Amino acid sequence: MDDGGARHLYVHLPFCAHRCGYCDFVTVVGRSGQHAAYVDALLRELELEGGVLASDLETVFLGGGTPTFTALPDLVRLLEALPPALEVTVEANPETVTAELAVALRRAGVTRVSLGAQSFRPELLRVLERVAGPDDVRRAVHHLRDAQFDNISLDLIYGIPGQSASDLEADLDDALALEPEHLSCYELEAKPGTRFTHTWGEELARQADAMEDYFERVVARVTGAGYRWYETANFCRGLERASGRDLRSRHNLGYWLGHDYLGIGIGAVTTIENRRWRNTPRIGRYLEALAAGRAPERELEPLGGDVRARERVMLGLRLDEPLSLAGLDDALDADGLARVEQLGLARRVGGKRSLTLTERGRFLGDAVTVELLA
Amino acid sequence: MDQSRIRNFSIIAHIDHGKSTLADRILELTDAVSARDMRAQVLDSMELERERGITIKAQAVRVSWKGYELNLIDTPGHVDFTYEVSRSLQACEGALLVVDAAQGIEAQTLANAYLATENGLEIVPVVNKIDLPAADPDGAAMEVADLLGDDPAKVVRISAKTGENVADILDAIVERVPAPSGESDAPPRALVFDSSYDQYRGVVAFLRVVDGSFSRRETLVAMAAETRFEAEELGFFSPTMTPVESLSAGEVGYVVTGLKDVSRLRVGDTITSVARPAAEPLPGYKDVKPMVFAGLFPTDSDTYPELRDALERLKLNDGALFYEPETSQALGFGFRCGFLGLLHMEIVRERLEREFDLDLLVTAPNVAYRVLERNAEWLEVHNPAEFPREVDEVEEPFVRASIIVPKEYVGAVMELCNERRGTFDHMEYLSPERVHLTYELPLGEIVLDYYDQLKSRTRGYASFDYDLAGFKAGNLVRVDVLVANEPVDALSLIIHRDFAYERGRLLVDKLREEIPRQMFDVPIQAAIGSRVIARETVKARRKDVIAKCYGGDISRKRKLLENQKKGKKRMKQVGMVEVPQEAFLAVLNIGQQGKS
Repeated sequence: MDDGGARHLYVHLPFCAHRCGYCDFVTVVGRSGQHAAYVDALLRELELEGGVLASDLETVFLGGGTPTFTALPDLVRLLEALPPALEVTVEANPETVTAELAVALRRAGVTRVSLGAQSFRPELLRVLERVAGPDDVRRAVHHLRDAQFDNISLDLIYGIPGQSASDLEADLDDALALEPEHLSCYELEAKPGTRFTHTWGEELARQADAMEDYFERVVARVTGAGYRWYETANFCRGLERASGRDLRSRHNLGYWLGHDYLGIGIGAVTTIENRRWRNTPRIGRYLEALAAGRAPERELEPLGGDVRARERVMLGLRLDEPLSLAGLDDALDADGLARVEQLGLARRVGGKRSLTLTERGRFLGDAVTVELLA
Repeated sequence: MDQSRIRNFSIIAHIDHGKSTLADRILELTDAVSARDMRAQVLDSMELERERGITIKAQAVRVSWKGYELNLIDTPGHVDFTYEVSRSLQACEGALLVVDAAQGIEAQTLANAYLATENGLEIVPVVNKIDLPAADPDGAAMEVADLLGDDPAKVVRISAKTGENVADILDAIVERVPAPSGESDAPPRALVFDSSYDQYRGVVAFLRVVDGSFSRRETLVAMAAETRFEAEELGFFSPTMTPVESLSAGEVGYVVTGLKDVSRLRVGDTITSVARPAAEPLPGYKDVKPMVFAGLFPTDSDTYPELRDALERLKLNDGALFYEPETSQALGFGFRCGFLGLLHMEIVRERLEREFDLDLLVTAPNVAYRVLERNAEWLEVHNPAEFPREVDEVEEPFVRASIIVPKEYVGAVMELCNERRGTFDHMEYLSPERVHLTYELPLGEIVLDYYDQLKSRTRGYASFDYDLAGFKAGNLVRVDVLVANEPVDALSLIIHRDFAYERGRLLVDKLREEIPRQMFDVPIQAAIGSRVIARETVKARRKDVIAKCYGGDISRKRKLLENQKKGKKRMKQVGMVEVPQEAFLAVLNIGQQGKS
């Protein structure tokens, strides 16, 4: 049933045990005393904004921070109060996943867990300042399986300072050995001005040439294991290995297909029709506003139809399925399109009504997008 | 004024040897300007001249001294303006040769002293800056006296700064410089030794009347250019413009012409009257031709009209400046400009940037070449992009270079001159310490960074001057730079075959560093005709995509890509390759630094 509202809900849980050097998400370290108040505020915000949601949600996604660092009673209370959805994902750090937590999540209606493994090399985990060790990841997966989770995703990071090509292959082997339904592989982004870049920037610059083919290695290894490379950084088990289930992240597909979504919590972003807003990242201000029954402070960005069309191009080209060009004429640069076709980076299919990137085009996705955008 | 009471003289001095200060003192001493009112260094009127310590445009000032009328004619102080200097000198009967007591004679002083002697001028040697602690007035006086074959006792020793002995100079001028000796009753003839442009009154020409006399409102004609005009005003500088009814034989002054184009009344031309024309012009007129060329492009193509207007306005004041529109595929719309020499080019560029607030990209300078193409006709080429790829013969301009250095640097200077295809001509000791070297050098080797190299290899001690010695055959080739098999016009250059490989390699290496990696391999080549002499490849990018893109990242990422798109639109397109303008800039920059 489609009653016109947003069918995707994002909930931000910012609390973490420790802020990792490379992280640029909105996070709050410690503050266990605030967890209950924060969950109250989330539910208040949902009450205020719930009107934009459809009556039947497709997905709910709890991201962080470390959602599973949130005090368990508060987390469970939140999950039970959220509207039901076909896919309910919770992000988790391996060291937080106990047998008890796994069962509690499952009981509270969670269908999918995304585990931030990042690497299986202890020395690389130390570089990333991760708390968990390789065995924590394996233990977490076993606890989740024991609790009947049949949709587990692992996050990996590559391009870590000091990571050799064989380190990368070993990480991929270790991840695949756990037979996750889904795998996200991100190149480490050293954002300028972060503590991490300050420490490792020179080392990364020195390694840049050597790491140039890591992305290609990731794709080759993971697709070689029967996974589908369905989005730039995301893989899922192919249908033949998934008993016919579509294991793509339905929540994230919502973003990539340009659907509307509501985001609640600090720093969360919402996109509804011609508006996008970002909540204040400051937890104090957020709690204060909602305690008083007011919406939190927000940065509002009006979105014209042209902007949403350009975003559909930008996001749609990340997927393996062709992008329908219907209604996108004004967002596209005809010369650029001819050029990327000539260079063998993209081709039009389906009677030229859709556009799909070739494998090399997908590796150069941003450059191709820049070329294609009007 | 009776010609016997007139003395016309110039000051010859190296930059920094005190010409302007001396001129100021003379004006003060003769009450032409009161010290209180005087803006320091009255003669150098342009802002740029004052800052660079050089004089671009000559002016003439009339002063009185003990019943005599003295005309001080200022000369431009640099090698590029030799012809203008020679015209200024021709307007005089005498010259002060000023030498710094601490520095001694410099190459430029020498060149101008020779020029003055050739023009038959009486030279009054002066040693300046005797107040300096490092001064060696006797040594400097000895050098000057040797040069002129004079008695060291006749060298006037002064300090222009303190004014010490400056009056002696004025007395020496009256005593030693001959009075003018034109024919007062003959048909009028005057030499144009400089001109400037006034936006309300048109061209103002500076004159030395040789024969006869000129009256206000008279119709005059410039004999070489055949330009007619009315003498709207006649006068002299004192140092402000002072109108008079007439100017007669021996006098120096100005005429306001109302002409709107400075090129119609060129330096060196002879003015006579239409009513009573002279039969022969004064000797020595030359049509000066630009010898150094470069492309000037606005860094922001929107400012092209401003550049065009600015060049038009500069041209009003600078008859030697040449320009024509040029279109480069790499740099867009601009102008190919011709200059007398490198300094002239620098001055024009600085004035464009400073007075007209323009941001310019200047291609590596080249000289004028004469080319014989397949036994057809000789043609003159000013732009490497127009240089035929196959030629039968090529000629390039040569200069006679004169270099003065302390003796310990002779080896370094010889090495530099040899590297630059120089032919040794002559060497002599000016003093036990200082050596005068002459070489014949291709002008094309000098326009790169010869002067900077000379200065750096001699720790700044060398002084340098040159004059053109005509065209000679040269083993020159055109080197093209190709990006993805497309020649980049702005980077083509003409170079001696022996240096082609080295320079081609340098350009290719630099471009490989500067051109961002594209979505495909980009070969970069340097080639002579169809023969590739250097090659590099900018390897294709293998990945260019941000890994993470979820709900919270979309706006930031979209803006990032939109900005990249805008950046792309600013890039220069060479075939399929996008090259940032900065890349060309960096490459042109090494072009100008030469073979370092």
